[in-house]
Amino acid sequence: MSELANANAHAVVERLRAWNSEAVSQVVEHRGETTIVVPHKLLRAAARQCKEDPELNFNMLTDVTCVDRFPTEPRYELNYQLLSIPRLLRIRLRTAVSGEQPVADSLMPLWPGANWMEREVFDLFGIRFEGHTDLRRILLPDDFQGAPLRRDYPTEGPR
Amino acid sequence: MLELDGENVVTADPDIGYLHTGIEKSCEHKTYSQAITLTDRMDYLNPLGNNLVYCLAVEKLLGLEIPKRAQYIRVMMVELQRISSHLVWLGTHALDMGAMSVMLYCFREREEILKIFERFAGQRMMTSYIRIGGLALDPPAGWREMVKRFIDIMPARVDEYEELLTNNRIWQARLKGVGYLPPETLIGLSTTGPGLRAAGIAFDNRKAFPYSSYEEFDFNVPTRTESDCFARYLIRVQEIRESVKIVRQAIDKITEHGLIKAEMPGVIPPQREKMKTEMEALIYHFKIFTEGFSPPPGEVYQAVESPRGELGCFIASDGSPKPLRVHFRGPSFVNLQALPFMVKGQLIADTVASIGTIDIVLGEVDR
Repeated sequence: MSELANANAHAVVERLRAWNSEAVSQVVEHRGETTIVVPHKLLRAAARQCKEDPELNFNMLTDVTCVDRFPTEPRYELNYQLLSIPRLLRIRLRTAVSGEQPVADSLMPLWPGANWMEREVFDLFGIRFEGHTDLRRILLPDDFQGAPLRRDYPTEGPR
Repeated sequence: MLELDGENVVTADPDIGYLHTGIEKSCEHKTYSQAITLTDRMDYLNPLGNNLVYCLAVEKLLGLEIPKRAQYIRVMMVELQRISSHLVWLGTHALDMGAMSVMLYCFREREEILKIFERFAGQRMMTSYIRIGGLALDPPAGWREMVKRFIDIMPARVDEYEELLTNNRIWQARLKGVGYLPPETLIGLSTTGPGLRAAGIAFDNRKAFPYSSYEEFDFNVPTRTESDCFARYLIRVQEIRESVKIVRQAIDKITEHGLIKAEMPGVIPPQREKMKTEMEALIYHFKIFTEGFSPPPGEVYQAVESPRGELGCFIASDGSPKPLRVHFRGPSFVNLQALPFMVKGQLIADTVASIGTIDIVLGEVDR
């Protein structure tokens, strides 16, 4: 099962490389899951390729989340879980976002479902998404200061 | 927040966050096994399912294989949980639509399931019964008869609910044609679960990416094509019947004696008897509960089919005893995005029907 999934994931990597030789900067295999690291500036184009290439056909964006690797730089990693319902295949796209300029391209033009997921990342990590039409806080109150899921934000005590 | 034109909805903007408790942040400051009790409290109608997805994700991170018996017990418990969650949905949704008696019947059956959970885990709701590596306790004496008795009466009870509702003209008038969305829109909005299956897409994680030995069970994934509130209702009722089938198969598969957790020294707590005779077991026990265990660095994403759709758990480990990041992809949160599209142009009274059939649990929406 996982060998087949890995072979399919490698086909995705090859397909992306054939489309643009710079699209894949790294491929991470861990516990049978494949993460494709794409350059920051190619994020939306690579995601579009994953969605619209009929041989890839990743029609659903199931999850967007961020990992803060403070104090290393670039400190944020955005993880996008893509799912192909017709092909029953999952893949993870990842891109690095710097701490000085926490901005990434929004995937809302591709999947309207990215709306709330990106708002959640914006709310809790303070990463801005270019091209998002409605970037507001979603879980926290509008007047809240700070980004609580950052690693340098204390869990308790004065902030 | 609704913007109205007379009785018609112009725009809808769900204002959420009032139950936000920072569970993901708290998880980063607890050891892997301590965080299990937090997962119960997200989707409080599906605590066992939350335990399951978190434990499966940590087990994937550790590369741990679970004994078959524990896997079957897990399947049985989460399917009972699915029945109870759908019962609460059916009861409260009927209540929203003005049919009071259905709620009383549904909660009567749900009570039986909660009693089963209490016997298994000592808790009715926040069970924390599924643990990393297996289960908290062996099934109690007489569990088989207890679960069988419930499973035997359940199909007739589902017929009863259907008799009250399915051909009821008021029920049909309130639900048919309400909250329609085409399948492409639902996929674009990342909707999963009964909402997607009511639009004709037979996507179910139990079939698509089997976990916990679901591939050994024989069950169907019900689908409809109308994609309205009535279709979502029919799907959930059908899912209760399918879950009954799965539970029945699980009862036959679970052996009377056997292991309920994997063995992995330093990660899984040793058996009680061993701790009384072996020094190493005692040391491991002490270390697991004081400093925890450290999975190798890396990230995993595990998805399960909760009653509401794809429940995902993303964990990033940096090789320390506490996770670097834990993220839960709550199906309620993602599915609620579809609401503004569903209710646009509809009557304000139909908004209640649409919210109901999305089946949100706000504990999970806000986490």
